[in-house]
Amino acid sequence: MTDSPFYDEVQELKRRYPDWRSATLPALQLAQEKHGYLSPDALRETARALGTTPAFCESVASFYDMLHLAPVGRHMVEVCTNLPCALAGAQRVVDAFEDELGVRPGETTDDGAITFRTVECLGGCDRATVVAVDERYHELVTPDKVAAIVEDVRGDA
Amino acid sequence: MATPELILAHADERDLTRLGEYRAVGGYRSLERALELEPAAVVQVITDATLRGRGGAGFPMGRKASLIDQKNPRKYVVVNADESEPGAFKDREIMARNPHLLIEGCLITAHAIESRAVFIYIRGEYLAEYEILARAVEDARSAGLFGDVDVVVHRGAGAYICGEESALLESLEGKRGQPRPRPPFPPVTGLYAAPTQINNVQTIAIVPKIIELGVEEFVKIGVRSSPGTAVFSLSGNVVRPGNYELELGTPLRTLIYDVGGGIPDGRELKGIIPGGSSVPILTPDQLDTPLDYDSIQAAGSFFGSAAVIVVDDRCCMVQLALRAAKFYMHESCGKCTPCREGTRWLVQLLTRIEEGDAMQSDLDLLVSVCTRMLGRSLCALGDFAVYPVSSYLRKYRAEFQRHVDEGACPFGDESSIAGIEAPIDAHTHFPTVEVPA
Repeated sequence: MTDSPFYDEVQELKRRYPDWRSATLPALQLAQEKHGYLSPDALRETARALGTTPAFCESVASFYDMLHLAPVGRHMVEVCTNLPCALAGAQRVVDAFEDELGVRPGETTDDGAITFRTVECLGGCDRATVVAVDERYHELVTPDKVAAIVEDVRGDA
Repeated sequence: MATPELILAHADERDLTRLGEYRAVGGYRSLERALELEPAAVVQVITDATLRGRGGAGFPMGRKASLIDQKNPRKYVVVNADESEPGAFKDREIMARNPHLLIEGCLITAHAIESRAVFIYIRGEYLAEYEILARAVEDARSAGLFGDVDVVVHRGAGAYICGEESALLESLEGKRGQPRPRPPFPPVTGLYAAPTQINNVQTIAIVPKIIELGVEEFVKIGVRSSPGTAVFSLSGNVVRPGNYELELGTPLRTLIYDVGGGIPDGRELKGIIPGGSSVPILTPDQLDTPLDYDSIQAAGSFFGSAAVIVVDDRCCMVQLALRAAKFYMHESCGKCTPCREGTRWLVQLLTRIEEGDAMQSDLDLLVSVCTRMLGRSLCALGDFAVYPVSSYLRKYRAEFQRHVDEGACPFGDESSIAGIEAPIDAHTHFPTVEVPA
């Protein structure tokens, strides 16, 4: 197991920092990319590569919103609802996604394709409402654009 | 506007993300000049320029640098690119459009404190900006600009609190992003307990411009107590939202009306949040406040991250306070009791007021909770959670009172943010225990 490409990549990450510990977040991000979410297996593999315990990895991972400790859909659709987006009508965008996807924020579609959630400020406030699809920003989103975004995501599924 | 553009200069005409283009407009010449100076002389230049931190606290960068033990062989430069204050998007634009200016600033700062390691901590959500910055770092490295310095771009993973400097350092050390007790401050005990110069993206990005202009010219821009320019992020109910680089001391009215085009749809201005969601709100009678650290503080708010959010008269202030409170409850790291528990109390009390279920005494209880939270946590988040709530309540008291008197939100469903959901609403750990009556 110790010579898997993942293990080697984590060793490379560790070398970039004055202390191996700094490689924890990048290693968890890498593991999530590989496994889809930070499953118990993913946490064990990360811990082994870092030279620490799965418990330490989980304690770190559970702090951060972008790291998932439970299964998520193959795609992630996130709508910002913080103050500037809210003032621009973000809730109507949330409602439109809810209608289009048939799930509430925080839920995943039955086919496991899309996890839908609201998020805090994404830093695109001058082009509200901001929607992140698999970490890529869509800006100036209005309810009438939601169907096309969902169709695009589903096309990728 | 005759504003001298420093940070975003030439970004409209050229693709400054390309090293060649950046050098064509004089890029990396300030680094050359700085390297000819003794490190202490560079610190002196930054100190004489009165460069105040653009991230939130406004602490002078030169004073941070002067606290660093020059004899310590292990010293770090850390750039706070974890921009996550609601309403702020200036660092994002700087990194996306002028990444080499930031990198040049990092290298000059590294020389100033004689450090060989720079870490740029960029929030995880800024993936596109990370890619641009990482490529710019590689280009600069390949061009031999780094000398014996190394620059690492480190991605966060989604946590507002990591924009707080000591939490950022914890996170960069691979831990949960929970703030540290201070003192000691980062220039004394920072990353891996070594002296660390930590500054916001915009602060570091101004450094090459100070070297280029010279202190004498730089301090002519802006006001004496806050020289230079700042990129203001303008958002909310305004005709032309966007990032605008203005001299410090520019009146708020100029930003909102002359630059931003005023309030759309013939609506009335109701309030202005001048420094990101965490600062106290200003009212329309305060439009002549100059946008600099001391003037905004004299007006009862903070410069913060120069994120100006404009609110028009369609918005219910109880709903706005509740949405802000839900954000801080979500982002509280949980380390300090007043912040962890207080943010929950704020959310529950504001929910009760908004739904028309509050008693008169709940307004007093809200004030009481705010008072008990202020200044009682290790970092400023506990205060940030209070400022929107307490300032909206103080300045729009009659509106809060109507919710209690009428037993319902006076806006009905007509508020511009009616029904706005927050991430915390979908979390299973949302408290089910009611505030006792």
